[in-house]
Amino acid sequence: MKYLCLVYLARDKWDAVPDRECFSCGQGLRERGTLVAAEPLESVDTATTVRVRNGRVSITDGPFAETKEQLAGFYLIEAADLDAAIQVAAKIPPAREGSIEVRPVRELRP
Amino acid sequence: MSTNDSVHEVIDALYASESRRVLATLIRLLGDFDRAEEAVHEAFRAALEQWPREGVPSNPRAWLVSTGRFKAIDAMRRQARFDALDEGSHLAGLAVVDEHACEDAERVADDRLRLIFTCCHPALAPDAQVALTLREVCGLTTEAIAVAFLTPAPTLAQRIVRAKAKIRTARIPYRVPTPAELPERLSAVLRVIYLVFNEGYVASSGALLTRHDLSSEAIRLGRLLADLLPDHEVLGLLALMLLHESRRAARTTESGDLVLLEDQDRTAWNVAMIREGTALIERALATHRAGPYCIQAAIGAIHAAAPTMAETDWGEITALYDVLLGLEPSPVVELNRAVAVAMRDGPAAGLALVDALLARGDLDDYRFAHAARADLCRRLGLIDEARAAYARALALSRQDAERRFLERRLAELTTPHP
Repeated sequence: MKYLCLVYLARDKWDAVPDRECFSCGQGLRERGTLVAAEPLESVDTATTVRVRNGRVSITDGPFAETKEQLAGFYLIEAADLDAAIQVAAKIPPAREGSIEVRPVRELRP
Repeated sequence: MSTNDSVHEVIDALYASESRRVLATLIRLLGDFDRAEEAVHEAFRAALEQWPREGVPSNPRAWLVSTGRFKAIDAMRRQARFDALDEGSHLAGLAVVDEHACEDAERVADDRLRLIFTCCHPALAPDAQVALTLREVCGLTTEAIAVAFLTPAPTLAQRIVRAKAKIRTARIPYRVPTPAELPERLSAVLRVIYLVFNEGYVASSGALLTRHDLSSEAIRLGRLLADLLPDHEVLGLLALMLLHESRRAARTTESGDLVLLEDQDRTAWNVAMIREGTALIERALATHRAGPYCIQAAIGAIHAAAPTMAETDWGEITALYDVLLGLEPSPVVELNRAVAVAMRDGPAAGLALVDALLARGDLDDYRFAHAARADLCRRLGLIDEARAAYARALALSRQDAERRFLERRLAELTTPHP
């Protein structure tokens, strides 16, 4: 089963975790076959929100929701169950500075 | 009495004693709470039909498990036929289940533990953990839980439905935690059990009457857990609950008014519960791995052994609170320690500690802190200060018996103190 681990960080913690630490975390997960994909994100200042209403595309500057902690990156992982996913999430370096939201991935119904 | 009646009695008794065990095993075999609950009902319905004719099977629980499982698989097959999109993935998994899986006593015991740990999984909201444990492990109806927690039944039902959906969708596992995870996960289970107990014992709001069932359920859960997993803290919690519960008859009057420890008729304390609680705590302390529940139970045991309030070993109680503070620092424990110090060294010493605590601001909204301050001021003859503190406690209390007690104390203080 796939879980998406969403990394949230407060603005002032954005650079608190060195890149090389995140890199080696991803590397370790990949070697164990747990990692599907992982990417860090640019800051929310660079975000654009797209909506389609009545067939018209509307575009606004900024993230979907303004919150204290902002989405900073993600790890898409493969885990047997939630306990296994939580174990992986707890080892994601920014977990000690911000928070990791663990969400099960839903299968699209054909 | 006809055979029919006696078979029905057997089935009723089995429902009371075995339906939760059967449920716990069926959740493992079927991998789904709702499906397992349906299967339990189907199994008992089948027993009501077949046993009067064919007799009660030699191992009724195994019969109920295998009948429930068979009925569930049958229902899923029928469902799969209607639902072309379902690849029968569930059925494939079920077919390989060991036929004897439901016979093995150890695995059945583990099923009950699995159920407890899953219901108390930290990924579920705390109030959902409580509701789910009472519903699935204790078998209380949603309505009974709603009444006990003064929550509207639809809200409570929704909470349970949402928790079960999360267990299924996020795949919260149905298993006993590994030794590495155990301390943290066990403490979540103990927290749920103690919360249920306290809701029935201290009752955070409303009338006391409907609540004591919750304490009995918590003790029942504690016994079950002590049976399955006799960890020192499990024994400690069970001892603590029994020692509290032993005083229930003495702590309120017939009209439901609160009686303080110092005024309680100690002959009304339940001796059997005290004996059991004390033996449990001795067993737990013998492991030399005392945790917070063990220490609190040890304090309870000292109270239980004392013939009067004055003859209580307050020095030992203060020392135990020091140990507790070392394990689990908390302003509430500090408050309890201050009260013990007041008993050991006099009210002035206690008041100094309580005032220092209140000055820190952590206990501003904690009604027992103001009630404790009020009592110490009263004993020191500081009437105005006592009145102000009782009034503050009263403003914070939402529990009827407690409010009546505080009002009584306030009224006593309006008339000049003898």
